[in-house]
Amino acid sequence: MTQYEPVIGLEIHAELQTNSKMFCSCSADYSNAPEPNTFICPVCTGLPGAMPVLNKKAIEQAILVGLSLNCSINEFNTFARKNYFYPDLPKGYQISQYDLPIASKGFLDILDDTESPMRVVVRRVHLEEDTAKLSHEKNYALVDFNRAGVPLLEIVSEPDMRTVEAALSYATKIRAILRYLRVNSGDMEKGVLRFEANVSVRPSGSSELRTRTEIKNLNSFRALTRASAYEIERQIKVYENGGEVVQETLGWDEAHGVTVSQRGKEDAHDYRYFPEPDLPPLQLERTWIDDIKNQLPELPDAKTARFISDFKLTPSEAHLLTSEQTLASYFESIVANSKSSTKTIHSWIAGEFMRYMNDSGLALEEINLPAEKFAQLIDMVTDKTISGNSGKIVLNEMLKSGGGDPQEIVKVKNLAQVSDTGFIQEAIEKILSDNPKEVEQFLAGKETIIQWLMGQVARATKGKADPNVAKELLVKALEERRK
Amino acid sequence: MQLHNLTIREASEMLATKKLSSVELTQATLQRAHEIDPQIQSYVTITDDLALEQARQADERIAKGENVTALTGIPFSIKDCISTRGVRTTCSSKILEDYVPQYNATVTNKLADSGAVLIGKTNMDEFGMGSSCENSALFKTRNPWDLERVPGGSSGGAAASMSAGLCNFSIGEDTGGSVRMPAGFCNVTGIKPTYGRVSRYGLISLVSSFDCIGPMTRDVYDCATVLETIAGHDERDSTTFNSPVPQYHQSINKPVKGMTIGIPKEYFVSGMEAGVESSIQEAIRTYEKLGMKIQEVSLPNTKYALPVYYLLLFAEASSNLARFDGTRFGLSVSENTKDVIDIYLQTRHEGFGDEVKRRIMLGAYALSAGYYDAYYLKAQKVRTLLRRDFETALASVDILLAPTCPTTAFKLGEKTNDPLEMYLSDIYVVATNPAGVPALALPCGFSNNMPVGMQIIGKHLDEQTLFQVGHAYQQVTDWHKQLPNL
Repeated sequence: MTQYEPVIGLEIHAELQTNSKMFCSCSADYSNAPEPNTFICPVCTGLPGAMPVLNKKAIEQAILVGLSLNCSINEFNTFARKNYFYPDLPKGYQISQYDLPIASKGFLDILDDTESPMRVVVRRVHLEEDTAKLSHEKNYALVDFNRAGVPLLEIVSEPDMRTVEAALSYATKIRAILRYLRVNSGDMEKGVLRFEANVSVRPSGSSELRTRTEIKNLNSFRALTRASAYEIERQIKVYENGGEVVQETLGWDEAHGVTVSQRGKEDAHDYRYFPEPDLPPLQLERTWIDDIKNQLPELPDAKTARFISDFKLTPSEAHLLTSEQTLASYFESIVANSKSSTKTIHSWIAGEFMRYMNDSGLALEEINLPAEKFAQLIDMVTDKTISGNSGKIVLNEMLKSGGGDPQEIVKVKNLAQVSDTGFIQEAIEKILSDNPKEVEQFLAGKETIIQWLMGQVARATKGKADPNVAKELLVKALEERRK
Repeated sequence: MQLHNLTIREASEMLATKKLSSVELTQATLQRAHEIDPQIQSYVTITDDLALEQARQADERIAKGENVTALTGIPFSIKDCISTRGVRTTCSSKILEDYVPQYNATVTNKLADSGAVLIGKTNMDEFGMGSSCENSALFKTRNPWDLERVPGGSSGGAAASMSAGLCNFSIGEDTGGSVRMPAGFCNVTGIKPTYGRVSRYGLISLVSSFDCIGPMTRDVYDCATVLETIAGHDERDSTTFNSPVPQYHQSINKPVKGMTIGIPKEYFVSGMEAGVESSIQEAIRTYEKLGMKIQEVSLPNTKYALPVYYLLLFAEASSNLARFDGTRFGLSVSENTKDVIDIYLQTRHEGFGDEVKRRIMLGAYALSAGYYDAYYLKAQKVRTLLRRDFETALASVDILLAPTCPTTAFKLGEKTNDPLEMYLSDIYVVATNPAGVPALALPCGFSNNMPVGMQIIGKHLDEQTLFQVGHAYQQVTDWHKQLPNL
């Protein structure tokens, strides 16, 4: 049986986080519009006579992305009209870029399914405008133009990915970079990031490019992976059955988990591209591009490398912390304020802190816990002022109350660790007399029962007992009973 | 004193000296429009109430002496492809017959700010597609000099409203002669400014890279005055020039002696009406008498001007007209339609006239995959050659002089059955638009009792020289003062 290898290329549409739309001064923050069709004007609703004006901020953001993806920035830019009729497209054409995109010939290094590094070539990055939003009702559809004209960046890769995992890794990394650059929120539920996968399969080892299909409008990583995986299997089956894959545009039916044909090659749109006569060519000043280059933040790869070397973290530890720029900065602020080791700080973030984030569904920006306070708490555990368990309790208290002084919480909750042997001894004696069965088991040789008994001690002392002292006293008390 | 024949300068002087109020002038103009226009049909809409309100405000400004400009209180008309908030703007098309813009074109705003008084919106060939105004889907406008003849197009209503004395100046739009050709047919002065000199924001586009809004007036001096008001950079139109607008009228009297006129030899070939040619020759002699030198020049790519012009027009227009889809404004035919594509088809089928449909189809074809290089791209390359033709010719002379049309106004219906014949009437005026250069049209005689127009073509942004040369001519001739018998 022939082994098949998938060939995947991605087009990523990312809305840019500018204040105003691509070609007019309407707010681009359509998801916060009070009502449909309120963030609109003659330009973005395509009224007769209205004309587009370029949004400089969008161009700047596009350049940032291009530079981050190692592209060359094209100083001479033109815009083009992509002509087609659809009710979400008010002018009957979309202003886009065609033969001269703002950035081209870049690359992005990712980890493939075997965690080995690979390079994906970025063919082009171009600017265009988003469409309006349609809501389909039974006998009609409603159009909301608040989204129409929002700046949209299209990032097109070469078909360099050979596994669904690699495609996911590429998409995830693009999202992280866009978030690092603060040009896109990455909020997939709001549709600010959308994927289109070009998929074909070929016999493993072959270098041919077979007929591909395009799966449009994939709005989540889950949809991207499921749809690509389904499409790969579907195509393999077609070839196995002696058939031919037909070039077509597909949609993804999330509910049924299948790709659905939308239009075939013969129905493909002829977009009749031609240069947009309402916008003169845009000549970018070299100095402006250089200024933008100087604004580039440290990107995920560089940051990960630095975390590994400076903070002695493992690649996977570093990777976790640098997945979000805000998380990485938070980590660094804690490091700067703490005497504890970077490993310890990492495990606090990766453990209890991220558990809280996941449980609460809050983003880092929404959590109000100053890094200094977090650092103070970690140090209290490190210097044994409180136990690790108490530390977790205090952290959760701080997270819930939005800050608070850890020392104060320890005092109020009476969590300070006690080495007072008398107090601990008292607790141990009570536990041993209350649990004669367990004591007998210990004496019969079941030493593991000591862990259970330690747990009872921690509970009885409300986590305040220094575990080392407690264990020593417990063993001593048990041994005494053996006599 | 006939109020309807006043130049802007004369009317402005009377307003300033309180011999006349803007309300009086506006009332007289409106009254005449209601009396005369039913036979001419130059107006699609007459804005009586708005005009009187603006006139009252103008009189107030004049009384207080505040913000009085050369146009304050002066009645004007504007072509119906230029957006006027609250006043329907039809492009003389069924598809926009009831369309009322929510916003003003930049030019409309500038004129309102100047205190000019809007009398109404003028008829045109549908979306500017035509040379006779017969392609208006609403009604046909007639030439005030002979009601059996066309006023020219596409700004036929504008030219006719001026010629018939139904306003003191008019705002036209020139995509390929649409100001100059009807100006010539109706004995009016008009200018197609340099592309990008006047904002297109709010102008309903025919060909975005050709369209130029330009004034139509009684004489060159007025033309300079109006252009000064409407020209200039507009942040809403990225294709406008950022250079300051000269005060054209200030140096309009500079002598033309010693300047050189270029005569493009390709424009003087067979096919020109004898009376047109003799009028042009007479104008050349007049300039010689004024001390100008005459030199033959060549525009070698002239034979390609018409195909290049039309091809690019079809292409851009096919895209510009895509927004008329019945979903947001204008005509919408949704009865008995099965889906949105059907709504598009029915709306556009009923809303657009034959010439518009013909041009959309030709344009979509020229832009389609596989034909783009052979048509659109080739035409763009030849366009560059046309531009160079003018640059080369104008490097050795100050201006070029040519007729605006090979004939005088033709009869209604004479060319409607043959689109190609109609296209040929634009032969002298189309090349300037792909090239972007400015051209001033002015009356220069009569042939068989119909007006003959000539045009003076200049360098990019050199409207100043055009006004200077045109004004010098009108100082020694009175063709522009001739009026039709109505």
